[in-house]
Amino acid sequence: MKGMSVIVKTISSWVKVLIILFGIYIVLFGHLTPGGGFAGGVVLASSYVLLMLAFGREFVLKNLPLSLDSKLDCVGGILFIAIAILGVVFGGVFFKNCFIEYGQKFNLISAGTIPLSNIVIGLKVGASLYLVIFLLSAFRRDDSDEQSVFRSPEEIHDRAMKDEKESN
Amino acid sequence: MPYAICFLLFMVGLYCAVVKKNMVKIVIGIMVMEYAVNLFLIMLGYRFGGVAPILSRSDVNNETGQIMQSFIDNSVDPLPQALVLTSIVISLGSLALLISICVRIYEKYGTFDITEIRRLKG
Amino acid sequence: MIKFLPAFVVIPLLTAFILPLFSKKNKDAATVLANIVIVSLLVLSVLFVNKTGVYVMGQRSIPLGINLVLDGLSSLLLLAISFVSFAAMLFSIRYMEQYTAKTKYLSLFMLMVAGMNGVVLSGDIFNLFVFLEVASIASYSLVGFGCEHEELEASFKYMVLGSIASAFLLFGIALVYGNTGSLNMVYISEIIQQTGMKNGLAFAMALFIVGFGLKAALVPFHAWLPDAHPSAPAPISAMLSGVLIKALGVYALCRIIFNVFGLSIAISWTLVALGVLSMVIGVFLAVGQWDMKRLLAYHSISQMGYVVMGVGLGALIIAEDGSKIWASLAIMGGLFHLINHAVFKSLLFLMSGSVEMATGTRQLKKLGGLGDVMPITRAVSFVASASIAGVPPFNGFWSKLILVVSAVGAGFYWLAGVTVVVSLVTLISFLKIQRYAFLGELPEYLQQVKESKGSMLYAMIFLACLCVFMGLILLVPSLRENILQPAVNVLMSGQGYANTVKTMVQQ
Repeated sequence: MKGMSVIVKTISSWVKVLIILFGIYIVLFGHLTPGGGFAGGVVLASSYVLLMLAFGREFVLKNLPLSLDSKLDCVGGILFIAIAILGVVFGGVFFKNCFIEYGQKFNLISAGTIPLSNIVIGLKVGASLYLVIFLLSAFRRDDSDEQSVFRSPEEIHDRAMKDEKESN
Repeated sequence: MPYAICFLLFMVGLYCAVVKKNMVKIVIGIMVMEYAVNLFLIMLGYRFGGVAPILSRSDVNNETGQIMQSFIDNSVDPLPQALVLTSIVISLGSLALLISICVRIYEKYGTFDITEIRRLKG
Repeated sequence: MIKFLPAFVVIPLLTAFILPLFSKKNKDAATVLANIVIVSLLVLSVLFVNKTGVYVMGQRSIPLGINLVLDGLSSLLLLAISFVSFAAMLFSIRYMEQYTAKTKYLSLFMLMVAGMNGVVLSGDIFNLFVFLEVASIASYSLVGFGCEHEELEASFKYMVLGSIASAFLLFGIALVYGNTGSLNMVYISEIIQQTGMKNGLAFAMALFIVGFGLKAALVPFHAWLPDAHPSAPAPISAMLSGVLIKALGVYALCRIIFNVFGLSIAISWTLVALGVLSMVIGVFLAVGQWDMKRLLAYHSISQMGYVVMGVGLGALIIAEDGSKIWASLAIMGGLFHLINHAVFKSLLFLMSGSVEMATGTRQLKKLGGLGDVMPITRAVSFVASASIAGVPPFNGFWSKLILVVSAVGAGFYWLAGVTVVVSLVTLISFLKIQRYAFLGELPEYLQQVKESKGSMLYAMIFLACLCVFMGLILLVPSLRENILQPAVNVLMSGQGYANTVKTMVQQ
């Protein structure tokens, strides 16, 4: 996939900033307004999906390799449990909301560890949803292959990198 | 009456998942079932003329910091909404897995028709 | 002590996220880590025997917070899960070398263990659903782990039926919430005691029976099991047949029916009917099979029938105000058969994996004479077959004996008759495995076959020893009082569960 026309590329490189900002806003304000980690993570992933559509998969792969992406996914999960364990360390009970003063309504820094959990969930959801969409988009029938066989993520990555080098 | 429509939607999904021969249509049927249940959960918490269960500055008494009684009386039940969010996440996960299994099966068998995918029997 | 209760869920969940970070070169380190975690869970579950308590997450009061409840039934299931997953993990150290992506396998395995432990411990009905989905989604992908034709097909079938079951369960939970206004099992149970069964709750009950019945593969809903269990890698078949259908299906069904909704004669008859149907139809479908793992999978259906029949018989006696002694004996038989089945069925699946790895086939007609070249596998398979068929010194005999005795004592002679007949047919089909796989002539193309080595053997011998000695759980009074009797008491107390948990919270 070589990407779309110049108009689409230019517009989407502008829009992607807005989308990422919006995603970060939803994640950060998850404890005050509708939204939160999951919704924000979906928005963040959609910015990369837009880039993937406009510039082609190779471009996105160079930006965010799949190995890094799956590591981000795991780190998100680990950090979420780590925040829950913080509750044991500081409050004695699992998932205890502690560590930061809470109770100030409508302030960004309030609600204890809930915003932290939101950020971590946003990271995890964004990474894993992007991974899912990318891998599903990689299942295409390539007419160049004699048989459309499944390739593992690493193979897809290597292959895309090779195509990139050849086109240069 | 709205509950009956939910149940109808659930049944449509079940029918689609049980009767259809195409794997992708089966997946669609399962998702229709899940969304019918989600809709049912949302309707359980709804009350006519209710407000969204999100606190804004106008709902809080400025001097005492207490939440207004009118907000507590009028807001819809937030718990089913949390449940629906969770169940959406779960159904997203299972949808991704279902679709990827469908794609893999298509690569192996070259068809989406479940009547032709019959290696297992007995 | 109860402070460490969340560890059953947290430790495997955390490991499941850490394991994929290991690269392919470090997969030995990943395997070691996974084994250490499983062993530590085993130790924890042994320490928690005959302990009770409630753990409330985030220190909120109970209807607001989510709670974990540990009582006799939970600790019995935790014990079964830990022992079987220990053996399966030990077995897969060597067995899974033939697949790529071992770290992903280990990660999914851990997710499955976390989900099952969560289901068993959860005291909140929606939380139970979430953990059930975690365990199910991990098991869907583990069934299709090999990515061959049959495996993908079985995985798709399993997943479609599993997702339909999940939708039914969620619908049931929504109805329960709409009718009682609570999701905590304690409060649901109290409200049902006050108001009685409304129509909506009765409908929810029917949805739960269908949903958990699909997860437990009871007979009208069993279509996925004979495909899914043989297609998975052998240690996963052992996990699925050994504990997954019990934790997700039978345990959850018992908890909901006995402790939350309360018993009635109609529901008890439904359970007995499901159990008897599963027993009879499962075993007759099994006799005709020539694929070894498929035969074992059909026997899982039949043996789950024993469990549900035992528990349902107990429920029936309670609901009809019969003698408490026979009721508790029937329930004890059912639960004892549950843990016995977990041990011998996982042993049988590990044995079939060992045979398949050595010979490359699991068609009984192509095998033969393996007894001479694989002596330990043969001995182990003899122990397991004798257990499942109910031959006296082994564990299967004791649980079947209790079931028969309680059925006769309560006056259900036909149930006792069915139990004995099904047991005989089971014996026939396992004689078939012995005859075609391990006795007779060794064919030409199997001359090179060697006995499997290392961790696979240790896992099988460990389970075989359990098979031989588990009769002691029933016979030695101190073991029985600590392991079986608390679980039976939980089910016998019925809706007294609510009060028990409330007093545990106040402590």
